[in-house]
Amino acid sequence: MSTPSTAPTGPVHVTGTVLTTRAVGAYTHLTLVAPGIAERMRPGTFVAVSVEGQLLARRAFWIHRVRHAGGHGMTLEIVVEQVGAGSRWLAAQPVGAKLAVTGPLGRPFALPKRDADPVSCVLVGDGHGAAPMFLLGERLRERGAVVTMLVAGADEAHLLSALEARRSARSVTVVTEDGSVGSRGRVADHIGEVLRRAAADVVYAAGRPSVLRDVAEAAETHGAWSQVAPELPLTCATGLCQGCPLPVVGEDGVARTVRSCYEGPVVRGDRIRWTELAP
Amino acid sequence: MSVLEDLRLRGPVLTASGCGGTGRELAPYVDLATLGGFVTRSITLAHRTGAAGRRIVETPSGLLNAVGLQNPGLEPFLARELPWLHQQGARVIVSIAGASPGEYADLAQRLAVAPGVSGIEVNLSAPDQRGSGVYDVREPFHAGSVVSAVRRETPSRVPVLAKLRSDVVRAVEVSRTVAEAGADAVVLGNALPAAMPDGRPARLSGPAVGPLALRCVAQVCQQLPALPVIGCGGIATPADVRAFLDAGAVAVQVGTAQLHDPMTLSRLITARQEDA
Ligand code: FES
Repeated sequence: MSTPSTAPTGPVHVTGTVLTTRAVGAYTHLTLVAPGIAERMRPGTFVAVSVEGQLLARRAFWIHRVRHAGGHGMTLEIVVEQVGAGSRWLAAQPVGAKLAVTGPLGRPFALPKRDADPVSCVLVGDGHGAAPMFLLGERLRERGAVVTMLVAGADEAHLLSALEARRSARSVTVVTEDGSVGSRGRVADHIGEVLRRAAADVVYAAGRPSVLRDVAEAAETHGAWSQVAPELPLTCATGLCQGCPLPVVGEDGVARTVRSCYEGPVVRGDRIRWTELAP
Repeated sequence: MSVLEDLRLRGPVLTASGCGGTGRELAPYVDLATLGGFVTRSITLAHRTGAAGRRIVETPSGLLNAVGLQNPGLEPFLARELPWLHQQGARVIVSIAGASPGEYADLAQRLAVAPGVSGIEVNLSAPDQRGSGVYDVREPFHAGSVVSAVRRETPSRVPVLAKLRSDVVRAVEVSRTVAEAGADAVVLGNALPAAMPDGRPARLSGPAVGPLALRCVAQVCQQLPALPVIGCGGIATPADVRAFLDAGAVAVQVGTAQLHDPMTLSRLITARQEDA
């Protein structure tokens, strides 16, 4: 059916195994052996996990990192924030636990063409929405892009891997709402200045819709392209149920509702009808 | 197999309307050609954007949904989705919904002659908001008039399925009415009327509604033994499939379980093959 010369594409559903689990600030990082998913992933794609018991919706997580791990082949890391019964269950899974995992799901961030002139990229990660940004930063650097990062969180515990950011980016701005580390404030207070300093051509962002709206507006003011991945509640995460409406405007100027998990999660910031998504 | 053949089904395990996307999203997890049938989400004449805001909420043993019939409308469906599904070898059963019997009839007229349509499923369990106050399609009288309007526009070689909700009080009555109006089979049931935590109208599906659907299936099979019944509601395991078939259903549709685990259909089909 498939031609062996092309890289495998499309999601797969596998039984994954928890290889490591560790608490990092307010989050739990899980490394999973999930054959086939890491090989197919691109920054911005995610996985969905079934929770045991009576919870019927699936839980979606950014693919944070992929790496080779000895005899296990490629592994992937997800970042779990414990916000409800499902994420609490997942964060409590011990090493060796088996999980029903589907991925990679969703449309990834678009990268600049390989032979294009160097592009200045600003990457904005809000809370655990910063998870896909580190790998994205690496891929962009491989393509010769100049990468600037803005990593934001409510406080130090909700700041994802600011240290790692320094490895993936030329310059890093850290912002916390309580000022516990980095500059005090919200993304909206700092994004304009970061875009100006970086002379940004493209802005990539993931996180809460209200934060992404500010990023998209700042990008527009600055004259940059924006690609944003709003975090919305997903039910199936596979495009089957239409439970994740994302209000957009099509290329033809017509207002549409697309599925965040399938036509997204990454879409152009200037295409989202923000008043309907993030009032 | 003869009832299945009459209904142009390939086996006893089908998708439930609204839980298989356009088919393309399902294809990575199950070979569409192995499904008894692929039932589309409900198609309306004009494009519908569906409900705004939170659409699906988890409850113990069930999902609440207020999706609101989002679909591209008949013409884009015919142009883009149907030919692709047909190419995959899927038996396509098109679910239709309208705000009046006339709209159902128009849909049936166009679909009945479209290449690749194996059957029409008339969605009679969710009142169309646009028709509300005028007629409630769940009422036996209205359900019957919709089915006869559809039947008139559909050649007899294309089966018409009537999808009803699991209403233990009226399942037999509605089934009899739609059968007399020309339905070749009934699908029992669908998500049940419920409310979101904020009070908005919603519909409940999943394991919670399974026993209700089974009760309706058993009742209708006993009292109307000549009418083929397809069971739908809370089906997730081979044992669930068996229970519905033992109660007299000729086939089952799988919905919510597929959202929890996209391999469910594939697993159930394999289990049936091993059983056979
Ligand atoms: S969550 Fe089901 S379609 Fe997106």
